[in-house]
Amino acid sequence: MIKHFASFEWKQFFRSSYWQKSIALNILLGFFALYLMVSFLIMGIAIYPVLEDKFPDKDPLTIVNGILFFWFLSDLMMRFFLQKLPVMNIKPFLILPLKRRKIVNYVLQKSALSFFNFLPLFAVIPFGIMLIINNHGITTGFVWIATMLIFTLVINYLNFIIESKSAETELSFLPIILIASVLFALNHFEIVSFASLIGSTMNAIVENPLFIIAPIVLLVAIYLVNYQILRKKLYVDESVKSKTEEASTTTMEWTRKFGSIAPFLQLDLKLITRNKRPRSSIFILAIGLLYGLFFYPQEMYADKEWLYVFVGTFVTGIFMINFGQFIPAWDSGYYKLLMSQNIKYKEYLNSKYSLMIMVSILMFVLSIPYVYFGWKILVVHFATLIYNLGINVYILLYAGSFNRKKIDLTQRAAFNYQGTGAVQWIVGFPLLFVPVLIFLLPYFTLGFEAAVATLIILGIIGVVFHQKIMTFITKKYLQSKYNMISAFDQSN
Amino acid sequence: MIQVSNLSKKYNKNTVLSITELEIPKGQAFGLVGNNGAGKTTFFNLLLDLINPTTGSIINNGIQVNKSEEWKPFTAAFIDESFLIGYLTPEEYFYFIGELRGMNKADIDSFLKQFEEIFNDEIIGKKKYLRDLSKGNQKKAGIVAALIGDPEVVILDEPFANLDPTTQIRLKKLLRDLTKNSRATVLISSHDLGHVTEVCERIVVLDKGEVVKDIKTSEETLKELEAYFSV
Repeated sequence: MIKHFASFEWKQFFRSSYWQKSIALNILLGFFALYLMVSFLIMGIAIYPVLEDKFPDKDPLTIVNGILFFWFLSDLMMRFFLQKLPVMNIKPFLILPLKRRKIVNYVLQKSALSFFNFLPLFAVIPFGIMLIINNHGITTGFVWIATMLIFTLVINYLNFIIESKSAETELSFLPIILIASVLFALNHFEIVSFASLIGSTMNAIVENPLFIIAPIVLLVAIYLVNYQILRKKLYVDESVKSKTEEASTTTMEWTRKFGSIAPFLQLDLKLITRNKRPRSSIFILAIGLLYGLFFYPQEMYADKEWLYVFVGTFVTGIFMINFGQFIPAWDSGYYKLLMSQNIKYKEYLNSKYSLMIMVSILMFVLSIPYVYFGWKILVVHFATLIYNLGINVYILLYAGSFNRKKIDLTQRAAFNYQGTGAVQWIVGFPLLFVPVLIFLLPYFTLGFEAAVATLIILGIIGVVFHQKIMTFITKKYLQSKYNMISAFDQSN
Repeated sequence: MIQVSNLSKKYNKNTVLSITELEIPKGQAFGLVGNNGAGKTTFFNLLLDLINPTTGSIINNGIQVNKSEEWKPFTAAFIDESFLIGYLTPEEYFYFIGELRGMNKADIDSFLKQFEEIFNDEIIGKKKYLRDLSKGNQKKAGIVAALIGDPEVVILDEPFANLDPTTQIRLKKLLRDLTKNSRATVLISSHDLGHVTEVCERIVVLDKGEVVKDIKTSEETLKELEAYFSV
């Protein structure tokens, strides 16, 4: 049976039009994975000699055990954002003569083979070998590796619980940020010192390998919790139970001011406020706005003006990146309607454009208080705003013409987490880092003012050629019209 | 109104539709029947420029549909649920379509009055989103939306499927009135031979993408069709 499940998934993946259109993206993902593996490998090999060199009077193993808490915490965070939950279309299997137990176990065990469980091994195994080489004894090395492996799996399953719980609510990634911050704070202010707790646990296990039973029990327990959660979701009830929302009708008269794009603008605003998936971009705005607080209050970043560019692009562009990269997939459910109605493509795209620039300007205005940390921040934020309005927004719209992945807005059942995962963030990278690079060259040769001016001028060029660029982008959309329609018609 | 010439659609050498010549005059109630895979929906999709023809062309009121978008203002269609916007209430949906067709709210409100019977109090003012309506009610909303703005060409794919018997009867009356009283050309596909013969003045039978029968509806038409399909 497992053979069948595996082959179904294989087919689902490779027969989807998404795969066929995004080979470039998959290659990019491959490079990203390779980069991570190499970094981890280097870290695993180098950390022992480095620690020995820096702290000659301490045992590197104890030091590493002491900071494992942060390793686990960042592992959990990384998984939450990058790892996809094990997804399977279960409905067709439910009425077949198949034990439910089998389906659940398959889904859960499959996740143990995730890339994110192998990645830590690239650091863990070399470090374990270094332990053996440096006379910690073979048992110590192996026990340490085994314990780390078990903890990695514990984090794997812990992440699923957190992720599936937060996918049910609309808070998106607020819960994980909250959990991580609370754990970090408790540890930082030494209310509960998780770092030393985990450190001494690890030390104890290494001393006495019998204690390894504790993490194993933990793993089994967390697996069973996951099993229970999934098992409950295996009933179609969950998805067919008529949870009819009371519809709220709004006229949004104020959008009339925008003329011919008004009906689309209303549609987009309703799209965002009435569907779970896009609604999360509203919460992301809050996070984006507060993002500067990670950097600006810290002394060490005070003179790094290029960092302002990154933060500025992020703050003013977060909605753009989040919403824009799924244009026109947001409308995939009724794309045929839009294509056969009395609609000009250009107006449709213009309304998306307007929505994105309005939110960007709003975000800039809301971020003005950062001027408290220096006037240069405000100047740079303004420059990045102009850059976003003149460059990034068009890149996103243009990229949308290659979009072939349907988003099912109505899907609220379990097992649906479309469009999340590493790809979403990788798309954002160039949008965030290219302006930093553009800033750096004039910054080092001509100075701060020239660098800011470069960004602003680039942005203004984009804004000036708005009509031309939009005509070009519209043409691209028209060219891929038939492909989009047929791709959005597919259910996977 | 609609001229089809040398139209064909192939997927990897597999011909799914091939119509050499077909002319649908203005104001005709045109019915399309055929078994699964006969090419009915393909034909409608081509008519709406949702797929690209392999050869040939469709001219809708003088406009070649895959060359210009000018046919959109006078053509309306309901093919399947993907023509509905799930997160809107039916009223909002009608207003949206109305706006695209140059009708304001008041126009739409008075337009909707004539469908009270069909809506049967289950669609308007229910504070429900379209996605939460039953399949049948969704269909009603979609069909009515396709009639907004007095379109000259109305395309309905399987309008009777999923509807309750009462609504089927009311819809038949509505469609007959539509072609009788207005200048609209109505294109309907159906698996139900009884319904199409009642509504349409002309019936074309498709088989494996080709026109095999082109009948002007009369008393004997139903019998003729039943005889054809009972092979």
